[in-house]
Amino acid sequence: MDTNVLLTGLAGVLAAAAPVLFAVIGETINERAGIINLSMNGTILLSAVGSFAVAYETGSLALGFLAGALIGALVALIVAFSSISLKQSQVAVGFVLALACRDLSYFLGTPYMNQPGPRLPVWSIPGLENIPLLGPLFFRQEWITYSSYLLIFLAWLWIFRTRPGLMLQGIGERPAAAFVRGANVNRLRYLYTVLGGAIIGIAGPAYSLNVKAGWMGTQSGLDGIGWIALSITIFGGWNPLRAAFGAYLFSLLQWLGLVLQPSLPDIPSQVLQVAPFPLMILTLLLVNISDAEWVARTLAALPEGSRRVVMKILRALRASPPSGLGVPFESE
Amino acid sequence: MKKNFWINLAFQLGALAVALLITTLILLAAGAPPFKAYASILDGAFGSPGNLERLLISWSPLLLTTAGVLITFSAGLWNIGVEGQMTLGAIFATWMLRLLQDTSLPPALIIFLGILAGVLGGALWAGLAGALKTFGGVNEIFGGLGLNFVSMALTIYLVFGPWKRPGTGSMSGTQPFDRALWLPSFPEMNLSPWALGLSILAVVIVYFLLRGTHFGLRLKAVGKNMKAAYLMGVPTWQYSMFAFLLCGAFAGLSGAIQVTGVYHRLLPNISNGYGFLGLLVAMLINYQAIWAAPVAFIFAALNTGSVQLQMLYKLDSSFSGVLQSFLVLLVLLGEGVRQRLLGKR
Repeated sequence: MDTNVLLTGLAGVLAAAAPVLFAVIGETINERAGIINLSMNGTILLSAVGSFAVAYETGSLALGFLAGALIGALVALIVAFSSISLKQSQVAVGFVLALACRDLSYFLGTPYMNQPGPRLPVWSIPGLENIPLLGPLFFRQEWITYSSYLLIFLAWLWIFRTRPGLMLQGIGERPAAAFVRGANVNRLRYLYTVLGGAIIGIAGPAYSLNVKAGWMGTQSGLDGIGWIALSITIFGGWNPLRAAFGAYLFSLLQWLGLVLQPSLPDIPSQVLQVAPFPLMILTLLLVNISDAEWVARTLAALPEGSRRVVMKILRALRASPPSGLGVPFESE
Repeated sequence: MKKNFWINLAFQLGALAVALLITTLILLAAGAPPFKAYASILDGAFGSPGNLERLLISWSPLLLTTAGVLITFSAGLWNIGVEGQMTLGAIFATWMLRLLQDTSLPPALIIFLGILAGVLGGALWAGLAGALKTFGGVNEIFGGLGLNFVSMALTIYLVFGPWKRPGTGSMSGTQPFDRALWLPSFPEMNLSPWALGLSILAVVIVYFLLRGTHFGLRLKAVGKNMKAAYLMGVPTWQYSMFAFLLCGAFAGLSGAIQVTGVYHRLLPNISNGYGFLGLLVAMLINYQAIWAAPVAFIFAALNTGSVQLQMLYKLDSSFSGVLQSFLVLLVLLGEGVRQRLLGKR
């Protein structure tokens, strides 16, 4: 393959990963605070059609993105209210919201089907764009793609290198201890759920105003991305850097599916598009399997040398969720 | 006790009212006349014998998936993979029918074997999700979701690949089976008494299984508190696994019925959301099997009724999904408000 074609393709992979990145980082922040936002698949669809409608009616891309973030925050607020204030099952409410928002987006989106709409322009960064290889790859993108690079590092810095971030880890990991240290656990959980929800909401316009501008109903190719993002969050071990790696890997696989399509004429395109799913199950298996009891038993039976190697690999892959994930917190 | 009943009822009716208010606002936002829209849903569901027949046809798969997930919910499992288990049931049934359709076996036997294969296919797919959970530590929600997408891809691959119609494959599915291989229906109708009977039987079985048997009691113990159940000597992982297999068998049966009794061929998206809808029904009835049949009936009515909406007002038929999911959401929230205001119980 020609270098230029390859570079364009890979630059496209970076841009296409932006919606997944926003979704994964938003969910990582949610889950770090102890709240699972299972509504993500519906939220992203609703914010995609909502932001497209707003941008289409007002002609303002910025308002479109704002609408996307607001929709995400609003749905997350319902999740937060029901799980923190009402102590209902996060999984149940999240799942119902995922279906509700999905159907709502298809229902309300009908008038905007296949309308030509606005799309983000490319903002090349002067100077940087001329660096050989790196320039065309990273610096001839839209601002939302640049924001997605930034978001990864900001989220990582916030969670692991700041005091409030330490508190964020605390309210998800040991809420009782964080409470004793003076954290208002439930208020912080509200805050981070809504913040994470707003970030998830930006995944919608990042898709419908950039990656694949417009709204095509069930043909938009966006349905399912939220479920994938949820598993990438687990794969990422609740660490933004590892999660970003997962998101880029997913985007790369999807692109490879498209590129390989012509050389595999017997396989319908829909099949290659779902290729990441079996892979997703496999990665979840690798991430979790070291917790299974039979693995420990089998490992104990292995000779010393090979056991150490296998254990090292498994431990490197292993990721365990914040211990307070999904558990309501009561202060007494 | 009696007072509690009335308070519960008031909260549930309140939730219903708020849900209807919200969906009415949504209809207004879409520029549709709300009352006419609701009337046309009712008309679409019950307005003619043909409509009622369609309603009963879609009641049957929903009953089966609801019955299935009631079992997994009892074991404390979120079997989101039920959608894919239904699809695998359809695939296996089609496979068996294709295998035997040119043999000299009696058609009744072929249909029976096809349905049996469907039941096995569903159980197999559920067993996979169960094994991933039990032996691999993969949460059943994510394992199930992944397997849903895989099953969808498998269907599309089969419909466009090895099982495509003579000529070119299309979204309209595989070549329809010979009439002799259709599940027998009522005279002059598409509704099959077998489909209806088996689905109702499934709900009855699940009701008695969960209510009155040693097995059901221990299954619920596993769902409520796995550690305590284990200490009491219940073989916990075997029970979880069995719940998966049983749920998968019901889902597989519903997929097989869609193939043999409704579409008479394999279609892409043959599960048609019935699995997810079954989860919604189970949540709405607070996992009480006694309510499964009537609530599934109402949900099926919303589904078939909203098709009319699409024809009359050019509104997307996803409106039924909006109505159903908002109803469940509001009932869940209403229950939370009730618990908060009045304390648990």
